[in-house]
Amino acid sequence: METLKVDMTAAKRLEAERIAPVTSAGLPAKVVARDVNVYYGEKHALKSVNVDIPDRGVTAFIGPSGCGKSTFLRCINRMNDTISICRVTGKITIDNQDIYDPSLDVVQLRARVGMVFQKPNPFPKSIFDNVAYGPRIHGLAKSRTDLEEIVTASLEKAGLWNEVKDRLNDSGTGLSGGQQQRLCIARAIAVNPDVILMDEPCSALDPIATAKVETLIDELRGNYCIIIVTHSMQQAARVSQRTAFFHLGTLVEEGPTEKIFSAPSDPRTQDYITGRTG
Amino acid sequence: MTDITATPMLPKRVRFDSEEMVARVKRRYRSERLFKSLGGAALLLTAVFVVTVLLDIIYKGLPAFTQHHLVLDVPVRADVIDPKGTKNPEDLRSADYFALMRDALATAVPGIEGRVEKKRLNGILSSGAGNELRDRVLADPSIIGTTVKVPLLLSDDSDIYLKGKQTRVTEIPARGTAVPSATKGEITITSSGTEFADDVAVLKKAIVNRIAELKSRLTIVETRDPQAAEATSLKDEIAALEAHSSQPASAETLDSKMPSLLVAINGGLVKLSSISDSSATGTALLPLQSTNEAAPGKWSVVTYDKPESNRKTGDLEAAVLEKLRADGKVENKFNTIFFTHGDSRDAELAGILGSLVGSVLMLIVTIALALPFGVLAAVYLEEFAPKNKFTNLIEININNLAAVPSIVFGLLGLAVFLNFFGLPRSAPLVGGLVLALLVLPTIIIAARASMRAVPPSIKEAALGVGASHQQAIFHHVLPLATPGIMTGTIIGMAHALGETAPLLMIGMLAFIVDVPQGFTDPATALPAQIYIWSDLPEQAFEAKTAAAIMVLLGVLLLMNGLAIWLRSKFERRW
Repeated sequence: METLKVDMTAAKRLEAERIAPVTSAGLPAKVVARDVNVYYGEKHALKSVNVDIPDRGVTAFIGPSGCGKSTFLRCINRMNDTISICRVTGKITIDNQDIYDPSLDVVQLRARVGMVFQKPNPFPKSIFDNVAYGPRIHGLAKSRTDLEEIVTASLEKAGLWNEVKDRLNDSGTGLSGGQQQRLCIARAIAVNPDVILMDEPCSALDPIATAKVETLIDELRGNYCIIIVTHSMQQAARVSQRTAFFHLGTLVEEGPTEKIFSAPSDPRTQDYITGRTG
Repeated sequence: MTDITATPMLPKRVRFDSEEMVARVKRRYRSERLFKSLGGAALLLTAVFVVTVLLDIIYKGLPAFTQHHLVLDVPVRADVIDPKGTKNPEDLRSADYFALMRDALATAVPGIEGRVEKKRLNGILSSGAGNELRDRVLADPSIIGTTVKVPLLLSDDSDIYLKGKQTRVTEIPARGTAVPSATKGEITITSSGTEFADDVAVLKKAIVNRIAELKSRLTIVETRDPQAAEATSLKDEIAALEAHSSQPASAETLDSKMPSLLVAINGGLVKLSSISDSSATGTALLPLQSTNEAAPGKWSVVTYDKPESNRKTGDLEAAVLEKLRADGKVENKFNTIFFTHGDSRDAELAGILGSLVGSVLMLIVTIALALPFGVLAAVYLEEFAPKNKFTNLIEININNLAAVPSIVFGLLGLAVFLNFFGLPRSAPLVGGLVLALLVLPTIIIAARASMRAVPPSIKEAALGVGASHQQAIFHHVLPLATPGIMTGTIIGMAHALGETAPLLMIGMLAFIVDVPQGFTDPATALPAQIYIWSDLPEQAFEAKTAAAIMVLLGVLLLMNGLAIWLRSKFERRW
């Protein structure tokens, strides 16, 4: 199965995908990347990445620091556009739609592809306003009642409702680190995205908060396509169904998490997992 | 004692009780103490300077906040102010109220005769002394024909005299009896004993001191240049004084270069021109009531320490003011004119309101232009502008503009706003335009710095939920940067408020009496007013200058207070 994408040229694969996007695991593909290269000025940060990410489920990106996993993640919602020296070539599609198509509105893309960052970054506003911001700017709520419903539902999904329901008007920055991160997740799901990107969401949290966020990710995977970048291989093993290993800007291998951790096909993956490189 | 043997590779283990270590610690403590004391000394020195300046300004400026008035009963004579009896407001406005004041003063201080003396008497009043009565008559014409108690504004010199800033007045009651020879004109006062001996001695001593002073001055001048004109005049003066002092030991003549000696006797005041141990001769400033013998303690010798030629208030004026004060007719009231009037050539009629309003109007124009332009320029340059050579050039120029001398902005205002666009001279509109250009770089730089200080994660978070770049900036980054932008703006405004140089070029450093009513009326600004007043020779303007500085500092303090209040209010919401 893994050899499939090595055999086919990118162009041929693209042709095939247009008819029936199916991942190498046989699942319907949500996000498809073909020959993606990223340059930061002169630096070639990401080299010809090809990957199919299935809908519904958690895909983990692992790899040593500076390997390009976060860069690739930020390509999926075009967050790299904000870096002026960054240049992306190749093709990324979500539901068969090219997200680098000039006619595509990047704002609408980001409404479909939510993002949770490494450090919890709630807006310095009330908890309610934090969650309500997305629905407000996208006009998702017709009335105040609608908006309140969305906020309540999002906070409930994020497992934060019981902790904050009595203080929705308090500042979001007054919450603990773990609560802030779950607030950020609630904020991301409030606009009801298809894909949620998480860039090391637990690296700034203590083990208890981490456990809560991981439980939350596990609950969410039935409804969203979740892509998580993590440094912790235990976390990848715990929460993800598929894992992709990045090394020095290349995607070394991608497959079911159990296979990557038990029988990786590439020696570089083997070395990283056993702690010899990284 | 067990010796610790160290390996050859490592330094010897530190022994904290060794002499070297103790010395080292001591040295470190000493240098820390030195640093602390130097810092403290620097702080103290700064504080001393600031406090000295402030105290000096307050000490000089406080007297300007009060003004002396004469409170007299003034008959509002219809034949003077309303001869036609129409009570027409136009006629009432232009009537000669000062004549009424003159008459009232003559009634209060009787016995002043002679044209020159009467003129000097009237000179203690301000030229605006009748304004208060005029306002009252205009407000209520029914008071015509009655007698009303009104405050009469005193002239600036009289006011300063009454504030005790011109000469020290000492009054020594006499122990013997004295007989004046007449009630007015030339009067000789003969005392029973040697009542004037002390005064003669004091005068003689003063002359001897003066001669010694002049001689030492002469030596200095002569060693420098024996032929100097100053040396000649000094020699003449010394010769005159020596001739003077060669008079009999018991007699002395007085002139305007010596302290004034007066005798208060029988309800009048005699200014002495010559004096001996037992008698004195002089002219009556205020007429005596009789030539009766005055009992001991019923008459006294009054001394005005400062020679008459060295003060603005002559002996006659001083005598009149002292009499009025003794009669309880002088009142020291809060100086409302200072806060309700524009500039005037008469110090007692000059006020700060014109320039204050001018400054406020100017700042309104400045902030209305500089704040939106500055903030939007900063947002565009920081977030939206493409990074290329052209925007780099703009950035460098903005930074350089902040360092351009302010007079250059004045020249630009003159060339562009006045000459090219033909806007009116001396107008707050033009001043505000020029100051807006002046503070624009400050605001842009401050706004950019505070936007850069907003954590980028906030912007990323907004972009991440699908906000557009513009939404992210205006919903999140700009509100968070607002406190910093406001601080920058307030600093810029304070800078603008204190700026004088650019106003020079656009005609705002001008003598403008009327309080401006709009943005195109001629106006001046607070710092310009301070500069104008500081340049005037009248003593009263010294106090006005200091008072105007106090008002300026007060406005600045108010502005900063407002900024801090707004900031804390704003920050609480977030």
